[in-house]
Amino acid sequence: MNKLNLVVIGNGMVGHHFLEQLAASPNAHAFQVTVIGEENYCAYDRVHLSEYFQGKSSDELALGSAKQYKDWGFKLHLGVKATAIEPCSRKVQLDDGTELSYDKLILATGSYPFVPPIEGSTLEHCFTYRTLTDLDAICSSAKTANTGVVIGGGLLGLEAAKALCDLDLDTFVVEHSPRLMNAQIDQEGGELLQEKIEALGVQVLTQRAALRVTEGLGARLCVEFADGKKLETDLIVFSAGIRPRDELPRAAGLLLGERGGVAVDNHCQSSDPQILAIGEAAAWNNCCFGLVAPGYQMAKVALANLIGEELAFTGADMSTKLKLLGVDVGAIGDTQGNQNVGTKIYRYLDQISQHYRKMVVSADGQRLLGAILVGDNSYYDTLMQYYRNGLDLPVHPESLILPSQSGSSPLLGMAALPDSAIICSCHNVSKGDIVDCLQGGCASVAEVIELSRASTGCGGCSSQLKSLVEQQMAAMGMAVSSALCEHFAYTRQELEHMIRTENILNFNQLLERHGQGMGCDICKPTAANIFASVQNDFVLSADHLGLQDTNDAFLANMQKDGTYSVMPRIAGGEITPEMLILLGKVARDFGLYSKITGGQRIDLFGAELSQLPAIWQRLIEAGFETGQAYGKSVRTVKSCVGSAWCRYGVQDSVRLAIDLENRYKGIRAPHKLKFAVSGCTRECAEAQSKDFGVIATEKGWNLYVAGNGGMRPRHADLFAKDLDTDSLIRTIDRIMIFYIRTAGRLERTARWLESLEGGLEYLRKVILHDSLGLNADLDQQMAHLVASYQCEWQTTLNNPESLKRFRQTINSVGDDPQLLYVSERGQKRPANAQERAQQIPLVSV
Amino acid sequence: MTEQQTWITVGQRSDLIDGAGVGAQVALFYLKKHNQLFAVGNLCPFNDLNIIARGIIGDIKGEPVVASPLHKEHFSLLDGHCLEQPEVRLPVWQVRLEGNVLQVMRPATQATSTSF
Ligand code: SRM
Ligand SMILES: Cc1cc2nc3c(=O)[nH]c(=O)nc-3n(C[C@H](O)[C@H](O)[C@H](O)COP(=O)(O)OP(=O)(O)OC[C@H]3O[C@@H](n4cnc5c(N)ncnc54)[C@H](O)[C@@H]3O)c2cc1C
Ligand code: SF4
Ligand code: FES
Repeated sequence: MNKLNLVVIGNGMVGHHFLEQLAASPNAHAFQVTVIGEENYCAYDRVHLSEYFQGKSSDELALGSAKQYKDWGFKLHLGVKATAIEPCSRKVQLDDGTELSYDKLILATGSYPFVPPIEGSTLEHCFTYRTLTDLDAICSSAKTANTGVVIGGGLLGLEAAKALCDLDLDTFVVEHSPRLMNAQIDQEGGELLQEKIEALGVQVLTQRAALRVTEGLGARLCVEFADGKKLETDLIVFSAGIRPRDELPRAAGLLLGERGGVAVDNHCQSSDPQILAIGEAAAWNNCCFGLVAPGYQMAKVALANLIGEELAFTGADMSTKLKLLGVDVGAIGDTQGNQNVGTKIYRYLDQISQHYRKMVVSADGQRLLGAILVGDNSYYDTLMQYYRNGLDLPVHPESLILPSQSGSSPLLGMAALPDSAIICSCHNVSKGDIVDCLQGGCASVAEVIELSRASTGCGGCSSQLKSLVEQQMAAMGMAVSSALCEHFAYTRQELEHMIRTENILNFNQLLERHGQGMGCDICKPTAANIFASVQNDFVLSADHLGLQDTNDAFLANMQKDGTYSVMPRIAGGEITPEMLILLGKVARDFGLYSKITGGQRIDLFGAELSQLPAIWQRLIEAGFETGQAYGKSVRTVKSCVGSAWCRYGVQDSVRLAIDLENRYKGIRAPHKLKFAVSGCTRECAEAQSKDFGVIATEKGWNLYVAGNGGMRPRHADLFAKDLDTDSLIRTIDRIMIFYIRTAGRLERTARWLESLEGGLEYLRKVILHDSLGLNADLDQQMAHLVASYQCEWQTTLNNPESLKRFRQTINSVGDDPQLLYVSERGQKRPANAQERAQQIPLVSV
Repeated sequence: MTEQQTWITVGQRSDLIDGAGVGAQVALFYLKKHNQLFAVGNLCPFNDLNIIARGIIGDIKGEPVVASPLHKEHFSLLDGHCLEQPEVRLPVWQVRLEGNVLQVMRPATQATSTSF
């Protein structure tokens, strides 16, 4: 049987997708396939190209491999460029001198980055941003650069700017139009985006047209603008849009789109019946699509065309959801309201939190035609569903973009979606397809992804996919796996409930009743933590010792060199001169590095395991207690100086801070807990960034909850006003125990409250109005925890069995020869790798 | 060239802690319930620190492992290989209890767990 000779030019995302579909189709054997790719790499994930700068390797970005093509029986020529096509003789010329004949030709040549025709744009250290090779060149140039300029403030320009920031360059973005992302968002959105991006340290210059690039005086290059201004920089990335790569079909006389690209019909066929075009190189209705999803759709259509099936390309949606430099931006449909007649607009702008949202609706207010989001993309999925499926808008359409009032989030339930609703537009997977996967035997999000490929494109649909799968599984009566680890098929909350209500006393009992295997470094510390917040036994007792995480296991925080830090409690940050002197003496005698912490106490670093008991002996004799800096437990209660000294103070914040710290000290929780108390509204103790924040008022105390610093800061919510001291403490007691019972593993109060159904209002009902009838029980657990407090170091020192573990080795008492220190600013610190290599002599300590 | 194969005494039965590690030249792990003892190198190859004995033990898909305490890389207690990076290994030792005397012998290439 004669095979049809198929040649594909271009081995990018869309070309590869086409071949993947072909290989999987039962008609694959009817084709003899040859693929020409100009890049040296087999097709890779260009959409996630920027992750190369965050450490993703070219292998991790690869979509296909030479081996895979071989297995498919396709010939793959990489690093070879097609230089001409001859439609009459059906031949393709390659730059290595070879000539190929074809029966059918697929053009999947993508786009090239457009560089404005300005003088000097080809100087050294000028780049574009499209291929792995571009990125390698940028990386190597950045090694000797301090500043970088991106010309073009569109979507890709901002991605390039992020990359330059990641490479530690002072970064500028230059845009000739009055706003960023001109194509996708409007003026307000653009201004807000600019503010947010500038707050991140990227400087944005709008309405600046670059005229030429010359050699710089202070830096390597200089950009000169039309207005006469100049900007010196060490490297430049041009990102001023893309143009279809249509040089071959142009020279061959094929019909092109008005703005370039191979003109194709609904079957991806060009003006020559033997030539098809797909992806960014194709112009459908005079339009080239710069996104991967329409390209994938074309790949399917082209394949159908080749094997004689009926499938048409009917246009594509250009909606996008992105995180640019960490800023959420979403654009749906008719963002400007100018593609439809008589559109009406809803707008929400919050300049404090820097959020902007806009909806464009039909003249009758019934349908969503477009939307813009800046600052928070959590609204995107719901809006997208209204838009894509033409659903009737709710009675108060504005609720879709107004901040969710606690408890009444406007999220569109998945159940409300029709089966035809597209969940993943990259792979064209609908809600119905996902339900089919589940009915066909898939039993997890991962399995649905593997079968349907949903969320493996741009990734934008992954959160929606996850919630849809989980909801459908629950609706079908399937168990949704939220297992802690391979040893327990339960969540932390469920384990807490079992341990408390079944009075389970140790890990072996828990494993026997509810788990399997030996346990691991996830379930063991979680269980240890729950035992501590329920029973509050000594954490280093024989039952619990082997469960403790690194720091709890030795009641001290392990440092990078395997030594430990020593952090006694300094409640409220108040310390007498005598105690301060004593800390100094201990640090001096044991040669410890000393530092004031961010938590208003003093940390002594560099103690060897075997030194810990002797150090704590000294501290405890002097009246110090453990500071539990090592536990997922109550840490510090910071305070400001308050009414005792401060001329503005209205309450004694120091006293309250000390009382709170002494009440709650040592209590273990799903994650650490921090407090602060400020003596007046000036808020010098930064209470609103704490899990529990208290601010004095003329009448009492305002209580704030669920604040967070750290990786994702959260401003605390005002929970109750003007409480007297007793009510304040009662309220904190209850919230804390409720948190301990209902939070996930390592979930701080901020994330807990955010995911608590009903939010703050619900929590108020439970705690202030006892809506669950739990309060007596919560009070009782707190009373037990407060009464059973022990200084764990005191207990350890009293217990020879526990002390046995504080030896570097069981067969010597000696120190660890592996440790090496150098002196810096009058104290010691661990030697770095270079210093270790040179064996700089030990500082005598 | 073969290493000298002799048993070296490193401690007593009473030095062992059920479900946890103790350090000598090697890290020794004791599981009372399964009557098992494991011995692997105490030096963590990822950061050159003598800390393996301070890690949590458990199993991953049935393979007994210890998690290095600093950054939680998992090492097999059977043959010392690192589950995240199989080319990285801890040396493994043979280990036994002679009465109450705890002894190790190096090097073992395979299963070092001793049931007794
Ligand atoms: C010592 C200290 C830094 C300092 O020199 O100032 C410190 C040191 C560590 N912090 Fe911190 N944090 C210290 C104050 C803070 C603060 C400021 C504060 O408490 O007011 C914050 C932000 C506030 C907050 O927690 O919301 C802070 C946010 C974190 C986070 C991020 C938590 C988050 O929710 O994102 C971590 C990581 C974690 O816990 O998972 C962390 C983790 C750590 C660890 C435990 C990292 C580790 O696992 O080795 C550090 C070791 C402590 C040690 O060896 O003793 N540290 N850390 C501070 C000790 C305060 C104290 O007296 O107890
Ligand atoms: C940094 C970046 C971020 C992006 N982010 C997104 C995103 O978030 N969402 C989204 O949908 N899209 C995104 N895109 C766009 C997406 O990558 C493209 O839509 C997609 O790659 C188009 O696929 P393609 O196969 O048409 O073109 P390409 O992937 O460009 O592949 C074309 C290939 O053909 C080769 N070629 C061209 N001419 C010849 C010739 N004569 N001979 C041999 N080979 C030739 C080229 O070298 C290239 O390898 C992004 C693009 C970039 C650069
Ligand atoms: S900020 Fe990071 S490096 Fe600094 S103490 Fe906290 S955890 Fe350690
Ligand atoms: S929408 Fe892009 S991966 Fe699903």
